[in-house]
Amino acid sequence: MPTRVRDPTLQNRLQNSAPNRERPHVDALIPPLLNGTALGALLLLAALGLTLTFGQMGVINMAHGEFIMAGAFIAYLTQLVVTSSNISIVLALPLAFLGAGLLGLLLEVGIIQWMYRRPLDTLLVTVGVSLILQQIALQIFPAQGVPVESPGWLDGQADILGYAWPLRQVFTIVLAALCLAALAAWLKYTSFGRRIRATVQNRDLAETSGIPTRTVDRITFFVGSGLAGVAGVAASLIGGTNSQMGTQYIIPAFLVVVAGGVGQIKGTVIAAWAVGIALSFFADWTTGSMAQVLAFVLVVIFLQFRPQGLFTVRTRGLT
Amino acid sequence: MLEMNDIQAGYGRTLVLHGVTLPSAKVVAVLGHNGAGKTTLLRAAIGLIKPRSGQVIFDGDDITTVPPNKRVARGMAYVPQGQQSFAQLTTMENLQLVADGRRRGKALIEQQFSRFPALEKFATRKAGLLSGGQRQQLAIARALITEPKMLILDEPTEGIQPTIVAEIEHTVMQLASEGLSVLLVEQHIGFALEAADKYLVLASGFASSTGEGGASAAEGVRVAMAI
Repeated sequence: MPTRVRDPTLQNRLQNSAPNRERPHVDALIPPLLNGTALGALLLLAALGLTLTFGQMGVINMAHGEFIMAGAFIAYLTQLVVTSSNISIVLALPLAFLGAGLLGLLLEVGIIQWMYRRPLDTLLVTVGVSLILQQIALQIFPAQGVPVESPGWLDGQADILGYAWPLRQVFTIVLAALCLAALAAWLKYTSFGRRIRATVQNRDLAETSGIPTRTVDRITFFVGSGLAGVAGVAASLIGGTNSQMGTQYIIPAFLVVVAGGVGQIKGTVIAAWAVGIALSFFADWTTGSMAQVLAFVLVVIFLQFRPQGLFTVRTRGLT
Repeated sequence: MLEMNDIQAGYGRTLVLHGVTLPSAKVVAVLGHNGAGKTTLLRAAIGLIKPRSGQVIFDGDDITTVPPNKRVARGMAYVPQGQQSFAQLTTMENLQLVADGRRRGKALIEQQFSRFPALEKFATRKAGLLSGGQRQQLAIARALITEPKMLILDEPTEGIQPTIVAEIEHTVMQLASEGLSVLLVEQHIGFALEAADKYLVLASGFASSTGEGGASAAEGVRVAMAI
């Protein structure tokens, strides 16, 4: 399984571009730190959607990784229509949000709405959906994947802390930060955000306060899946775009959700960063697959000491 | 206004209500010991559980299968047991939540602030940090913002300090006198009967006795509950 997300040439470039100073220890630490932050940003985009749907509805959606894949393919398709990669990537972001969101909505209306609060059932069913979506992608697109050209303005490198940072990774981090800020503001300041928070905290009370919780669920599912689509666009610039790509993100994304505390945005941000960096360091020392195993073990150990994750809200639905 | 006819309801395999019919009156008090099925009856009234048989009729329409949020839209309001609120939302957000989308939303919130001044004082405080009595006032305020025709109250004075109990009782009496229909579950028999036009005593899921409200009914109710 190709789990090494980071740019394989990056370390060389970073080492070559490192300032001519005697600090071998720092030089060994910085590149995986930078890589890990970018990977963490990607995981954050993936995990935000998951934490919303898992936190609010108790749905374990294993097909979430395929929404990332859908976003990446939408970036590719956009590029076929709008050939200037400078513009197409910007267009691809809202399109991927919409496309993956609709896919999520379809899944909710078609299947998941019948199995709320039955996490195990949703897990089994969505694994099936995930395989179906992968197969569909394999039927449409070549097995070896498709190239998504990164726009000219993302080709260069930025000089941060004396190290050259590929702009594509900076882009991912900025994108994640923007999505996070937008989501947080939406949840905090809009009437719909209030409805979501109320539904997460106490579904029965929300329903008897006149809130149509089923509609709230659907829109939450749409937004959560849409964020995965946005993650897909970013992923298409960093790693490969193929039918298998979702599988490499889904497990770390769930690790992030659980370690961060289900339904907790603050915890998700910290956990995404930590898991991203852990994966990068482990991948540097071992292999990509081994890195996932080690990250998994680390999170399991962490949960032994803090089973509720980094942060918690006491909600009736999740006790 | 609200009719509940021959309601059978329960959880899983356990049947809690064995064919209960609610007396029809403006203010109805449901009395009975713990586990008699009072809360279950109210949950069936607002739609949180579906009766296995029987009918729920509101304003002449059969609403037996209507989901709770639509019942609220039709004019029912429900204040559940245990001073429930959205603990992580502020007092103001709790109120805005129900005021959103209403034409006079702001005015409705102001109206509740003047009814319960404590809520205005703690408007920016998270509801989870309010005292039990304040949370109950918040729950009642939230229900009233939906401009209901009928208020369903499940033990509104349970576990609340005596001074606020008096305030809440006063509020309920006042609302009833303003013409609001009330369905009330209450352990405090004296207050319940004073407020009620009719009462229903539940025992082990059966309607064991029913009659006119008023202070004079207290003796009969105590006898009915002792059986």
